[in-house]
Amino acid sequence: MASDTTPTLEVRNLRTHFFTKAGVVKAVDDVSFAVQPGKVMGLVGESGSGKTVTGFSILGLVDAPGRVVAGEILYKGENIASATEDRMRRLRGREIAMIFQDPMMTLNPVLRVDTQMVEAIQAHHSVSHQEAWQRSRDALGRVGIPSPEERLRAYPHQFSGGMRQRVAIAIAMLNRPDLIVADEPTTALDVTIQGQILYEVQKLCEETGTALIWITHDLSVVAGLADEICVMYAGRVVEHGTVDEVLDRPAHPYTRGLIGSVPSRNRRGQPLTQIPGMTPSLLNLEPGCPFKTRCPDADAACDVEPAITHPAVGRDVRCHHPATADAKLQVTA
Amino acid sequence: MSVFIIRRLMQAMLVVLVMSFLVFAGVYVVGDPTQILVADDADQAERARVIAELGLDQPFHVQYLQFLGGALSGNLGESFRFNEPALQLILERLPATLELAFVALAIAVFFGIPLGTWAGLRPESPVAKTIMTGSILGFSLPTFWVGIMMILLFAVILGWLPSTGRSDEITYVLGFPTTLFSLDGWAHILMPAVNLALFKLSLVIRLSRAGAREVVHQDYIKFARAKGLSESRVILVHVMKNILIPVVTVLGLEFGGLVAFSVVTETVFAWPGIGKLLIESISFLDRPVIVAYLMIIVLIFVFLNLIVDIAYSILDPRVRLQDMKS
Amino acid sequence: MTALQDDPTLPNRAPAAAASADSGVETPFRRFVSDYRESSVAVVGTLVVALIALIALLGPLIAPTDPYDLATVSIMDSRLAPGEAMMDGRPAWLGTDGLGRDMLSAMIYGLRISLGVGIGSGAIAMLIGCSLGLAAAYYGGRVDTLIMRVVDIQLSFPAILVALILLAVLGKGIDKIIVALVAVQWAYYARTIRGSALVERRKEYVEAAASLSLGDRRVLFRHLLPNCLAPIIVVGTVQTAHAISLEATLSFLGLGLPQTEPSLGLLISNGFEYIMSGSYWISTFPGIALLVTIVSINLVGDRLRDVLNPRLQR
Repeated sequence: MASDTTPTLEVRNLRTHFFTKAGVVKAVDDVSFAVQPGKVMGLVGESGSGKTVTGFSILGLVDAPGRVVAGEILYKGENIASATEDRMRRLRGREIAMIFQDPMMTLNPVLRVDTQMVEAIQAHHSVSHQEAWQRSRDALGRVGIPSPEERLRAYPHQFSGGMRQRVAIAIAMLNRPDLIVADEPTTALDVTIQGQILYEVQKLCEETGTALIWITHDLSVVAGLADEICVMYAGRVVEHGTVDEVLDRPAHPYTRGLIGSVPSRNRRGQPLTQIPGMTPSLLNLEPGCPFKTRCPDADAACDVEPAITHPAVGRDVRCHHPATADAKLQVTA
Repeated sequence: MSVFIIRRLMQAMLVVLVMSFLVFAGVYVVGDPTQILVADDADQAERARVIAELGLDQPFHVQYLQFLGGALSGNLGESFRFNEPALQLILERLPATLELAFVALAIAVFFGIPLGTWAGLRPESPVAKTIMTGSILGFSLPTFWVGIMMILLFAVILGWLPSTGRSDEITYVLGFPTTLFSLDGWAHILMPAVNLALFKLSLVIRLSRAGAREVVHQDYIKFARAKGLSESRVILVHVMKNILIPVVTVLGLEFGGLVAFSVVTETVFAWPGIGKLLIESISFLDRPVIVAYLMIIVLIFVFLNLIVDIAYSILDPRVRLQDMKS
Repeated sequence: MTALQDDPTLPNRAPAAAASADSGVETPFRRFVSDYRESSVAVVGTLVVALIALIALLGPLIAPTDPYDLATVSIMDSRLAPGEAMMDGRPAWLGTDGLGRDMLSAMIYGLRISLGVGIGSGAIAMLIGCSLGLAAAYYGGRVDTLIMRVVDIQLSFPAILVALILLAVLGKGIDKIIVALVAVQWAYYARTIRGSALVERRKEYVEAAASLSLGDRRVLFRHLLPNCLAPIIVVGTVQTAHAISLEATLSFLGLGLPQTEPSLGLLISNGFEYIMSGSYWISTFPGIALLVTIVSINLVGDRLRDVLNPRLQR
């Protein structure tokens, strides 16, 4: 983490809780990470691990009854967790953009695509409608939509899912943001389109120097895309490091379980492992390590919540029994 | 688009034809108009003469075809009471009713959509709860009683507004006589219009609230916010346009309901429209006027359905596409 | 939505689970009651409905006078303000009408008629509408098309218009107005029950019952009907309130009940002519009684809709 430059985004001890009738749901509970300009951070975890809520927290779009209760979100050094709504509005779409999971739901069905693109430009720049329209057309062309001029005048339902996600990506890139939060943008798409979109986003980020947070449950996606990985479990970051470090030398038993459950060419014929049990309910979570009920290494020590340790430079692990380098991929044997 | 409109027009004409049959069968065949038309002391020959004159000795289908032929040339029979063409009686009074219904609809829309949207966006706030309680009241209040209470309060006790009737300061706009261009006109129309609007206002509030509650949680609203749009643009464009679709549909259809329900309001406020005429005609068993009224109402309903279909297809692009495909 | 997709950690399911924990054995009925009681407004509404029903039932026993007993009603008492004493010395708490009848007593009698007409017509309409709706759903094909076409046509016209025309043809009288109200309402029941019966019909238990070659009637009434009860109850509540209101409106227009059987609507109508001279109570009090009745029934109906609607159930 030693770096001379200010990271584009640094999240420190973020906690986002939902205050429901049934109790407090700690969707995000002490999450820290940083993304450097032009780099890709993979945020990996199962459904319910709090990764999407982390993304919404960064944009200040957590819906009631949820809210950020603690921690700092430093965007280029400015704590936007405590920014005014007006300041956030100016940042959203212009400096921090987001791509959503389900492309079928992200575009307003009753507004034409050009309306939805032009307004995204005009919300931040006082340019003429015509100029905004031309920029929108160019943006559609860049994400590989054929005959963008014509497609701009269409309604979202006239696009396929993959095309809609391209439109959403084009919208996110419209104002050349410095940070994009992409929430499983390829999950709802089929595999060939996934590949194209991954490639295009990567290319765009390299060209523009945009930092990218890529939220996914799919380790194989981040393996080829991310520079660093944060593995999330039950609202916490349980392991962090460079993509090679984490994938080659996973220290947390949960990460090892995740890696073991990914089909791989190298381990043909071997059965896939699976992590026993279910993601715990974040409502009234028992004290101690949240993974203890599913962990092969759990013992009495795990009844106390583990603190973050640093087995190497730039590595964070939240476990009482982190695996050493030799223990690599034991779990898959 | 033109194929779409032509197909809808054909459907509309078919409905009018079917309804003309039902109206005719309902009003002309049930009951015996000679009882009223022929004096009690008339002899058999006199009775037969009147029956023949009215064509009542013909078989049902002949009578119906005669009625239909007359209707096509704008002749819906003569009023027993006024000895004037029934259609003319209706058309003379129609502008007053349309004016009333229009103002009522405007009140329902201009107050209902913002109130309902507000209630839908902040469903837990006290304001929203007050609005919703109000809308239950609006549904439950018997219109005629509210009208009476309004007269009691604003005309009798406070003396602010005239209790009944329509202003006679009439202006012609594109040939349509209206009282909306004079202060006196507004003073007269305010109470009956609010009275007539009450029920629809509650309906619009409920529809807008339900729409807002559903739309506001959609991803595309969050995405709109993620683009950095101002809250007013998110609400006024992204939320509102999605709410408007069901509201416009229902309202278009409900305008016919307003015209029909003005029967009550017009009776309370002595508003000289077709509703008051209908009630008088019913008590006088003035059948040609009743039939003419019903045919006009059917036409209004069918016409509105047509307008709504077209408006809907403009508002919601998905509808148009489906129609093209089918 | 996205936030919750990532978070199916039961913020929504938890209340139901918590409720079941403390109430011992969870029966559908118990759950219904506990859900229903969550809205205090609805509980008040229910109590008011019960009270109104009780007043209507006991009517003649609790009314201070018999407003139709010509021997006790005196024209000399006409239009007394609320609280003034009548000729026989008794106070008229809510005033008297143009004929010298005690308003409170007239309202209690009027309430009996209003409720009777509303509930009676609702019950008949429910019977007819449910039978036709079930038949449409069960037999399908031409029967379905025919019945539902009639329903569609009728529902495309405002209820008041249909009722007005029928009364114009039929004339006045309590039986006539019940016929008109039934004619207005049955289509709602038919449409509602057909909708839910079609859903139920596709379920396995109906197919199982049919494959056991149980008779039509048995499948219809023992299997389909009980499972369509929830929507019928909701529609029934709302329609009853609607019928009471419509009857009052028709009576006001002079097309409903005759003067010999004055419902709340007719009492209001009678008071209308005295409004200008300031005798406000003759129209006002029956109107409030009517309003309270309709509002409380609607509150109950609203709550029932929320609790019984499976789409909203947690």
